Amino acid sequence: MSTAGPRDALEAAYRTEARRVLATLIRLLGGFDAAEEALHEAFTAAAEQWPRQGVPANPYSWLVSAGRFRTIDRWRREARLTGALPELMALAEPTPEPAMPEDIQDDELRLIFVCCHPALTPDARIALTLREVGGLTTEEIARAYLTPAPTIAQRIVRAKAKIRDEAIPYEVPDRDDLPARLESALQVIYLIFNEGYAATEGPNLTRADLCAEAIRLGRLMVELLDQPEAQGLLALMLLHEARRATRVDASGDLVLLEDQDRALWDRALIAEADGLIGRAIASRRIGPYILQAAIASVHAEAAGTAETDWVQIVALSDVLGRVDPSPVVALNRAAAIGMRDGPQAGLAAIEAVMGQGGLDGYHLAHAARADMQRRLGLTEAARTSYRRAIELTRQPAERRFIEGRLGQL
Amino acid sequence: MRYACLIYYHPKTLFGGSPQANAVLAECAGYDEVLRASGHFVTAEALVLPEEAMTVQVRDGKMSSVDGPFMETKEILGGIIVIEARDLNEAVRVASGHPLATIGFIEVRPVVDFSQPPPAL
Repeated sequence: MSTAGPRDALEAAYRTEARRVLATLIRLLGGFDAAEEALHEAFTAAAEQWPRQGVPANPYSWLVSAGRFRTIDRWRREARLTGALPELMALAEPTPEPAMPEDIQDDELRLIFVCCHPALTPDARIALTLREVGGLTTEEIARAYLTPAPTIAQRIVRAKAKIRDEAIPYEVPDRDDLPARLESALQVIYLIFNEGYAATEGPNLTRADLCAEAIRLGRLMVELLDQPEAQGLLALMLLHEARRATRVDASGDLVLLEDQDRALWDRALIAEADGLIGRAIASRRIGPYILQAAIASVHAEAAGTAETDWVQIVALSDVLGRVDPSPVVALNRAAAIGMRDGPQAGLAAIEAVMGQGGLDGYHLAHAARADMQRRLGLTEAARTSYRRAIELTRQPAERRFIEGRLGQL
Repeated sequence: MRYACLIYYHPKTLFGGSPQANAVLAECAGYDEVLRASGHFVTAEALVLPEEAMTVQVRDGKMSSVDGPFMETKEILGGIIVIEARDLNEAVRVASGHPLATIGFIEVRPVVDFSQPPPAL
């Protein structure tokens, strides 16, 4: 029994164990809804029993057993009332308990791949994986996607119904199918990381647990199969992670890349990322994550903004824009042009990108435009752009930062 | 988070005496306890039919009231359950387990979090 307070232990268990417990309960109980109710009941039981009986040595096993036991008990009671359903009762028969770490890891992979199954729409895969694997709430996913919460909720409900109705197997695909199913899984992992890195709400700018979770999943993917894009994604996340400590100051305010104390960047993470990029590039299969990681690596190598190889960053952005065109990629390329060729060229490039639409609701597009206008001395235009960016910013530290910029004009 | 589950039903269906409706009514009687046992329950009230209700408004400092709204042919708001759930999907799943979901419908509404800014409309 641990000596940590039961309440702290319960919160820690929720953070670290809830998704793994869910992944195992889905296998043991044969479905998402039953497993989710079982997970809820397991934590309800923990809240009742841990303060009295002490915190179990292995919270994962305790929670799996409690959730499974309570669910089977409820099924037995319901079966007595309504007439037994044989297929449900079959699930209530004893099955081997998952005791080995490999089993737990397998359950998480099963969960990732069932959530990313090609039978589901791409939107549904992402929403389902963010919720079931990443542990985000429906509302957090909705904010990350700038989408109403009921839309996301409906996607998740329909995806689960499809998994149930089409009896999509809860298993890790074999090696022939794995690469094809990897891309969607990687996209989802990166979104989890981004949600943690630039949290859409809450007092803190970064939510280390989500980033750590995404990196954990990224490592799992790299270990699972030798795929360059999995390496590229992990490298990209590690490079962001390396800068985390310098991204906000002691009062929780945002620090721009150009003002960050590069001596504090985590060189071990950067070296690990560079190793992954090297391996990925050697494969000659160059995808969007490798390119983004390579761009981040150019920043990580430079002693400062002035020393940064902006020519190379624009060149890598050009390739990225061809491999994976998107408004945000185009915006970042435009901002890099502003660093390479000066604010006049940068403003023209940013306005060209914004003129194509798709970025009107994106606060960083308005902030980037404002920065170019500020550097050109277009004070009134910069004010308008900063104000628009502030209106669109939900994260308090980001809002304070942009308000600070506005105040300096 | 907290969610209000607004339960709507057609009175003539629910109180019409069919075996299905009577079974639902019997099950409803104990459902608060089911929610309490699972840790989702916050509060719940069933509402008397709208013909016993009044509607009030104040305009320019003057109060006016009418009786009703009257039951027409539509479903009426018949009960409110407030539950605690992790997110909207969990709230929907919990609401879908309510007996009245099989005969009426349940609107799941997030309860306002006043630490967040009001909606910009």
